[in-house]
Amino acid sequence: MIEIKNLTKTFTTADGTVEALKNVSLKIEDGDIYGIIGMSGAGKSTLVRCINMLERPNSGSVIIDGCDMGLLTQKQLRRERRKITMIFQGFNLLMQRNCLSNICFPLELDGIKRADARARAYELLDIVGLSDKAKAYPAQLSGGQQQRIAIARALATNPKVLLCDEATSALDPTTTHSVLELIGDINRKLGITVIIITHQMSVVESVCKHVAILDDGRIVESGEVGEVFAHPKSAAARRLVFPEGEGSAVVVNSSDERFIRVVFNGAHATGTPLIARMAVEEGIEASIAYASTKSIGEKAYGSMLLGITGGEDNVRGAIQYLQKTPDIFVQEVTLNDR
Amino acid sequence: MIDKLFSSETVAEAWQVISTQFPQAIWETVYVTILATAFSVIIGLPLGVLLVAGEKGGVLPLPSWLMHVLNVVINLLRSVPFLILMVLVFPLTRLIVGTVVGTVASIVPLVIAGFPFVSRLVESSIREVNPNIIEMAQSMGASPFQIIVKVMIPESFPSLLSNITIAITTILGYSAMSGIIGGGGLGKIAMNYGYYRYKYLIMIAAVILLIILVQVFQSIGTRAAVRSDKRLKNK
Repeated sequence: MIEIKNLTKTFTTADGTVEALKNVSLKIEDGDIYGIIGMSGAGKSTLVRCINMLERPNSGSVIIDGCDMGLLTQKQLRRERRKITMIFQGFNLLMQRNCLSNICFPLELDGIKRADARARAYELLDIVGLSDKAKAYPAQLSGGQQQRIAIARALATNPKVLLCDEATSALDPTTTHSVLELIGDINRKLGITVIIITHQMSVVESVCKHVAILDDGRIVESGEVGEVFAHPKSAAARRLVFPEGEGSAVVVNSSDERFIRVVFNGAHATGTPLIARMAVEEGIEASIAYASTKSIGEKAYGSMLLGITGGEDNVRGAIQYLQKTPDIFVQEVTLNDR
Repeated sequence: MIDKLFSSETVAEAWQVISTQFPQAIWETVYVTILATAFSVIIGLPLGVLLVAGEKGGVLPLPSWLMHVLNVVINLLRSVPFLILMVLVFPLTRLIVGTVVGTVASIVPLVIAGFPFVSRLVESSIREVNPNIIEMAQSMGASPFQIIVKVMIPESFPSLLSNITIAITTILGYSAMSGIIGGGGLGKIAMNYGYYRYKYLIMIAAVILLIILVQVFQSIGTRAAVRSDKRLKNK
């Protein structure tokens, strides 16, 4: 388990001090995929760098499986860092080494024999699906392939935690999806705890189990992904869930219209005209007051605000009907709750 | 003047000198240059790395007074003209080689002039290494020494090669100057025949050979640097 307690970090710049983290506390269970989402400048990168002490917090502590990272000597810390590895937005591969020896890099640091390191590297290349690229140099690979090599490298030392710092921000949506799928796979198969730092909602929606929303150095909201996104309480969370501004997009048709929010959390809903079918099968008509959805692969992500007329029965019926599809969360919202 | 330069008499004389003395002189110039560069790199490479790694916020922060001393000493040696430096290091040369004249003796001032230059070139190469890659290595638990040996130097290797090529050609130029204090090679021939005895044809031949040597070193170095760089696609 990772426990972050009352973390504070301030930077001193020429224009004065900047408080990057303000009393941040988090608990991340083993085997979780934990998303930390926030706008740029919210302090996400600082937070993730405090977990492995690349940045020393001014106060507070980071405790990983009972071990307080801040109290370790340099040597102990280096040992511990092999168990908490990291992937980056810019991949950060060694450009003068081929893929195989990039993956061997952390093993070399650990003093593992060359033959053993290579054997392990080939295994990892297989896991990330790039066995044929062993002798290729990073410059010859696409962004997605480079990130896969970086993931293989991060897994080389059998870590218990994988930190992903905007790991998909430089990738296109399809590649992002496949890299996230790989991360999900690794989490399931190897039981590695994953912490994902991102500014993209879709990333959290598609792979994370829990999420914390970081705004101006503070955790403003945290919990299960479906829960937080279906019912964002804080202003920052609402900004992320409705990037275009929900209020302005809502068109209220009549006074007896009631609203339900439908959150697509990777549902297999593309290819099925869900709202139209509801009208045909259940006789419930819904007007779309707001929608921000996208499909990645076969799956749909995002949310919709449906206006439903005809009173209580229709609202209930709609919620029941839509919830039959897996990975869709439906909830009635009142106007000022939006 | 021109007809005097190419009269059959002077050409014959020049050819006599070229055919008897030039092979030896070329060899001396080449080995003095290579040896002096090698020693300059042996001293300059670690210093250049320290100039970057030892900074505040670097991977191996050193006391700031030490960094100051290092910087001042390097700048000082870099600002003394080579001609003066050769004379100034006579005591050191005598201490190491036993004499201050001759080809071997000229290596000492060449190294004293060469290593500060090399350390500045190395510094600029090492600074080109992407700081994110160094952060990556730190996040994987690399020690400062491992970062220097496994990341900084290998990642800047192509740049180091082309910078060392610059150093070779500069040191080659200096080695010709060392002809003045009795260092061997093409420089000495150019001085002795051209400057002191007005045998311009011989001087021109020596200068042309120096130019060819610079070209050869530069093309070998550039080719090696490009070939070693794995960042370039389509090779």
